[in-house]
Amino acid sequence: MNTLRLTGVQLRYVNKAFWRNPASAFFTFAFPLMFLVIFTALLGHYTVQLGSRSINTSTYYVASMACFSVITACFNNIAMAVTFQREDAILKRAHGTPLPGAAFLGARILHAASIAIVLVVITAAFGRAVYGADIPTGSTLLRFIVALLVGAAAFCALGLAASAVIPNADAGAPVVNAIILPLEFLSGIFIAFGNNTPSWILWIARVFPVRHFVLSMQAGFLGSTFSWTDVLVVAAWGVAGMLLAIRFFSWEPRQG
Amino acid sequence: MSDDSPAVRVRGLVKSYGAVQAVRGIDLDIRQGEIFALLGPNGAGKTTTVEILEGYRRRDGGEVTVFGYDPGRERAKMLPRVGIVLQKTGIDRYLTVAESVRMYASYYPKPRDPDEVIGLVGLTGKRDSRVTKLSGGQARRLDMAVALAGDPDLLFLDEPTTGFDPSARREAWEVVKNLASLGKTVLLTTHYMDEAQYLADRVAVIAAGQIVAEGSPATIGDRDVAGARIRYRLPDGARPPGGLAGPPDADGFLVITSQDPVRDLHRLTGWAIENGITLDGLEVTRPSLEDVYLSLTGELGAGA
Repeated sequence: MNTLRLTGVQLRYVNKAFWRNPASAFFTFAFPLMFLVIFTALLGHYTVQLGSRSINTSTYYVASMACFSVITACFNNIAMAVTFQREDAILKRAHGTPLPGAAFLGARILHAASIAIVLVVITAAFGRAVYGADIPTGSTLLRFIVALLVGAAAFCALGLAASAVIPNADAGAPVVNAIILPLEFLSGIFIAFGNNTPSWILWIARVFPVRHFVLSMQAGFLGSTFSWTDVLVVAAWGVAGMLLAIRFFSWEPRQG
Repeated sequence: MSDDSPAVRVRGLVKSYGAVQAVRGIDLDIRQGEIFALLGPNGAGKTTTVEILEGYRRRDGGEVTVFGYDPGRERAKMLPRVGIVLQKTGIDRYLTVAESVRMYASYYPKPRDPDEVIGLVGLTGKRDSRVTKLSGGQARRLDMAVALAGDPDLLFLDEPTTGFDPSARREAWEVVKNLASLGKTVLLTTHYMDEAQYLADRVAVIAAGQIVAEGSPATIGDRDVAGARIRYRLPDGARPPGGLAGPPDADGFLVITSQDPVRDLHRLTGWAIENGITLDGLEVTRPSLEDVYLSLTGELGAGA
């Protein structure tokens, strides 16, 4: 009970600090919309073939950028922010107070997930208003929300796990980008898979969680096939991330 | 727990990092309400000892209690009663001074009024400033404010003024002095003699993982009973009285070590007046805390 109350109090301060950091607010909020506009401007007149259906590229990118937002808000943000706070000994200081570790990290995870949800709503609203994209409604909405929540939680857990292997604050952004950017490309976020996509790319996409997350989210936007297997794979990766984080997480700076 | 039980009790504490024995059998008793300084050179084991007391590190052996709690096994019970200022710590840079103190206060069951805490460390004029806008000395006082937010009974200060300019050190010292008047117990580590001398009620000198001397800053290392040093210069050709002569030092001063400086000075000055001799630059000194410290840590440092 006390942990829950403290998580709520802590959440307010995490949020305050987040909005006062112009870089993090800009990258998290502006990037997905910026990419949406750029990709649609470049490729918006084409269609993407999903199975037997062809889908307008702009609609495809609305779904893609919604996924991109969730991954950035959860995985990138948590991995970098927690690493920075660890090396700056902010984690160590907090760990020397009665604040439960679960409340400290829980607040950050809840904040990241909330930002992710807000970004998905903004992206969907923007896509609907500007590009007339389809957005999740009716019966698909519920399972879309489940896929979104599972994805947000999983990428938060993976972000925590990543922070445990990032050696210092300077390595934060490079390591995070080195992990996630190739995976995003190899999962069809920026460039849709076609009929000629090489099988090695399909295999990588099948193993890692990004493609499964994209597929589960696309179903809501594009009316493509929804499979609970995708949600389960994302959830399994989230659990693995959580276990790795628990095993390797450190409140103490690696250096100094 | 009765009031005269020690705030901190340590017996036979040992800790190694691999083959390096960082702490080699330390005993300590810190009474409630006193300012206790752990004085020693870098690498002597100060931070290791303090971080074991704070519950950050596990000990290899020995008994440790803080307010009766074992920091290793009962850390959650201990933490509401202590405030920790680490050697190097960050704080969320996008919050203001007042927000930071309020945030940390919210972690504790019985916090002190945040504005009062900010006043206590002399940051009232900066209460709405962002953390990034503070000077090094101000940031250190914010560290203390944050550690005091929960109104702890015991404050750990790990090298509170290392790297500070003299005026910032003075300001930090005044804050620590104020804490004593609130009845707080303070355990501070330092490698500055003047800091220990100015702040501490009791000092323990630590070298190579062991306590080599313990006492008040005035009496540690038997400074108070060690021989006094009498130093003076005679005009050319004058011969000092028997028993009061010593070899001249580089500046031509005669130096004698006296176990009974009152009697010896009386003889010396009586002799000088009777014979109409001036005693240029006459001075009597006790070994300084620095002398004691250097001799204590030097001996062990050389052996280790």
